[in-house]
Amino acid sequence: MSDDVLDLSAAAAGARVQAGELSAAELFSAWRERAASDDLNAFLWLAEEGPEGGDASSSPLGGVPLAVKDLFCTEGVPSAAGSRILEGYRPPYTATVVDQLRKAGAPLLGKTNMDEFAMGSSNENSGFGPVKNPWDDTRVPGGSSGGSAAAVAAGLAPWAIGTDTGGSIRQPAALCGIVGLKPTYGACSRYGMIAFASSLDQAGPLTRDVTDCALLFSHMTGRDPRDSTSLEFPGEVALPSAERLDGLRFGVPPELSGEGIEPGVREVFDQALARIEELGGEVTEVALPHSNEAISAYYLIAPAEASANLARFDGVRYGQRKGHGDLLSMYEETREQGFGAEVKRRILIGTYALSSGYYDALYGRALRVRTRIADDFRSAFEKVDLIVTPTSPTVAFGLGERTDDPLAMYLSDFCTVPMPLAGIPAISIPGGMSDGLPVGVQLAGPAFSEPQILDAAYALEQAVGFDGSAARHA
Amino acid sequence: MPEAVAERAYEPVIGLEIHVQLSTRTKMFCGCELSFGEEPNTRTCPVCLGLPGTLPVVNAEAVHYGLMIGLALGCEPAPRSIFHRKNYFYPDLPKGYQVSQYDVPLARDGRLGEIRIHRVHLEEDAAKLVHTGASGRIHSAEASVVDFNRGGTPLVEIVTEPDVRSAAEAAEWLRLLRVTLRRLGVSDVNMEEGSLRCDANVSLRPAGETTLGTKAELKNMNSFRFLERGIDAEIARQEAILRDGGSVVQETLHYDTRTGALSSLRSKEEAHDYRYFPEPDLVPVAPTEEMLERARGALPELPAERAERLERELALAPDAAKLLAFRTELGDFFEATVQAGGDGSDPRAIANWVTGELVANLGDTDPANSKVEPAALAKLVALVTDGAVAGSAAKEVLSALVAEGGDPERIVEEKGLGRAGEDELGEIVERAMSQQPEAVEKVREGNEKAIGAIMGLVMRETKGRADGAEVQRLIRERL
Repeated sequence: MSDDVLDLSAAAAGARVQAGELSAAELFSAWRERAASDDLNAFLWLAEEGPEGGDASSSPLGGVPLAVKDLFCTEGVPSAAGSRILEGYRPPYTATVVDQLRKAGAPLLGKTNMDEFAMGSSNENSGFGPVKNPWDDTRVPGGSSGGSAAAVAAGLAPWAIGTDTGGSIRQPAALCGIVGLKPTYGACSRYGMIAFASSLDQAGPLTRDVTDCALLFSHMTGRDPRDSTSLEFPGEVALPSAERLDGLRFGVPPELSGEGIEPGVREVFDQALARIEELGGEVTEVALPHSNEAISAYYLIAPAEASANLARFDGVRYGQRKGHGDLLSMYEETREQGFGAEVKRRILIGTYALSSGYYDALYGRALRVRTRIADDFRSAFEKVDLIVTPTSPTVAFGLGERTDDPLAMYLSDFCTVPMPLAGIPAISIPGGMSDGLPVGVQLAGPAFSEPQILDAAYALEQAVGFDGSAARHA
Repeated sequence: MPEAVAERAYEPVIGLEIHVQLSTRTKMFCGCELSFGEEPNTRTCPVCLGLPGTLPVVNAEAVHYGLMIGLALGCEPAPRSIFHRKNYFYPDLPKGYQVSQYDVPLARDGRLGEIRIHRVHLEEDAAKLVHTGASGRIHSAEASVVDFNRGGTPLVEIVTEPDVRSAAEAAEWLRLLRVTLRRLGVSDVNMEEGSLRCDANVSLRPAGETTLGTKAELKNMNSFRFLERGIDAEIARQEAILRDGGSVVQETLHYDTRTGALSSLRSKEEAHDYRYFPEPDLVPVAPTEEMLERARGALPELPAERAERLERELALAPDAAKLLAFRTELGDFFEATVQAGGDGSDPRAIANWVTGELVANLGDTDPANSKVEPAALAKLVALVTDGAVAGSAAKEVLSALVAEGGDPERIVEEKGLGRAGEDELGEIVERAMSQQPEAVEKVREGNEKAIGAIMGLVMRETKGRADGAEVQRLIRERL
């Protein structure tokens, strides 16, 4: 088989399988071979063989293999959420979305590297080593879904899924020059996703283009009886086809597009706004007055939930167990040795934020800010259809550049954090290049507006004409 | 010590916290069936083991049971109650937090008997730790293992207001609660097996004052007897401290059921900060009108109401009414018997027979599962009331009914247990008097006790077919 099959988009490759021009088994082994050439540390585990039986040619996704972030539980397959504390852990069950996608014809290709428990913006917090950016291997791919983003950008995988809590799909998608969608909270089941912050976590696709994104997403949605917070997606998610943006109002919040955005990013962003207007869209300013407080609220709410979510890693039932045979040393040594520094930092912040005497001033106040942020979006969407911002204030930064400065690291999320706090969907698509590195543009809309977001992103994508082939160097 | 302190009378103020294991088919947040002594760790799944990535889903039947309890206790159900996470580390708690309810419980502000109910909420039970070694307690254990079968069992926690004033009242009220819950059919309510657990908050204050003293929380009183003894011991302990001019320290105490000793588990300073926060994996419980209607419709007549009705409508004595109301199966059999007896039946007499002879014969067996038919008992009681059968013979008939079932009239006939007629009885009395001339003489001289020897002979001869009072009358007539 020639390599050009691997140059096809996932949707195009799947269409060939469906047309009988390509065998799903051949497609799988070609991708398996390509994934094995990973020199970015994007994969933590690769499937030995493709799925047995079943006729992929009649499946909606056509047997195109899928890279899956390590925090999705996959039965009998290592699922460590990038953490040493779960090294070697093989769950007895499979996450709902992974199962849905497998049944729709996207078999598991491999598990991708990530920041430990999805806590990070550079993938440097992985317990299994950092991932390199395929555009420049001295730079980070972003995080926490860094492995998924790098694998797709480098052409090591046709498509991937990740999770987004404060930007963990969109920011690495932006830094790697691919498409990443964070769906509406509740659109996709969280069952089987090793939790970071339960009220924020959402699964979503990371793909080469918007069409692949829509195709993959359309098979991830649905109410799951195992997840009380999941909802039936209202309406269809069709493949996008919009060529124009006539009549659509795009709001640019100055809070998320002015101060702190580096000039090269701002330049690409301005070009994207110009393209939107060329396509008939209307660009206006819209205020999100509380978004400046989003990072502070996020870094209390997410760690608070994480401090409870990560309490189960105590050495009693699974994963690593350390200590000297007594209860306290088992707890202390297991967690001391099993968790990395950033995870410990967030557990401490979260524990403190929930403590008696501090709860109201910290966690309680953060919840009130969260409500205001959601209100901001609600009033903004009375004036505009979609909100457009840069995805990341900077292009991919150097490996090690921010590891000693957690606050600088946290600030790389400031464009992406407000949306999950409001539970609304947002996509990042490549808008162009700055200094040889990709720049992402983010489109956000009201809850369950994914079809509109995908349509608009598709039209913009066609106009931008981004070429990511330079990163696919395998 | 100042005289005034020593002489002061103290009033105990007691509030109870009761945990009730619900007898739903499955666990609180997963589909595992509840465990009844199965092999350890056979009733588990990824959710109740707290495996990474799993999520809880509320058991609708547990909510239904919780609403039934709340309504039966006269509480107001919350329009939207919320689950919280209660955070602490312990090996029997697989997630590192218990999913419970905190500031918005399922129902609040009710009353059972004289005691006000503060709140009723839903939560999940912890797993069971098994400690190897002689003591069976965690200190000195060689090793500890966890059985997760119990983990995730639905619990309802009922918290009273501090309205209880003595250990005896606590035990008495808990019995009322237990029989009420049993009547609802929502739990096995077995204290020894742990499906009903009671903690007590105890404090003392000078009689007549209204402010609350410092409380201690007593745990592990796994029977009514231990509940009473534990509270009494704690009242005595606090009273001694106060009489010595000391002050009670807020702490949690463990009651040792073998020695009766109270030992401190943790002081106020060591109390856990549970860092409660709303459980983000669950949505609020918002009972619909249908759910409330279903819960209301499922409420049977409760024991307290039934006792009151039996006293009022059937003129039963309070003790009999309470016994029949508290043992539902006896009450049901009693009412069936009264009904079978028709207009002429005497409820008080039937109540005496059910609570007396029938219980003596059947023990804890449900009379509905015995061979005695309500109609048969009704007929037997009527035979006694009409004077056709004497009391002691009637007891023999009842034993025959318990053993074989059947029709009391036929049993009386077959066994010749009909009341002896006056002519027949007169002959027997005369025969007995002639056989006991010395006793006759003594009675004539005024020794009343001596009549017993004559009566004994007559009763033996008539095999209980005679009425004692009648026999005595016939003897006296012939003296």
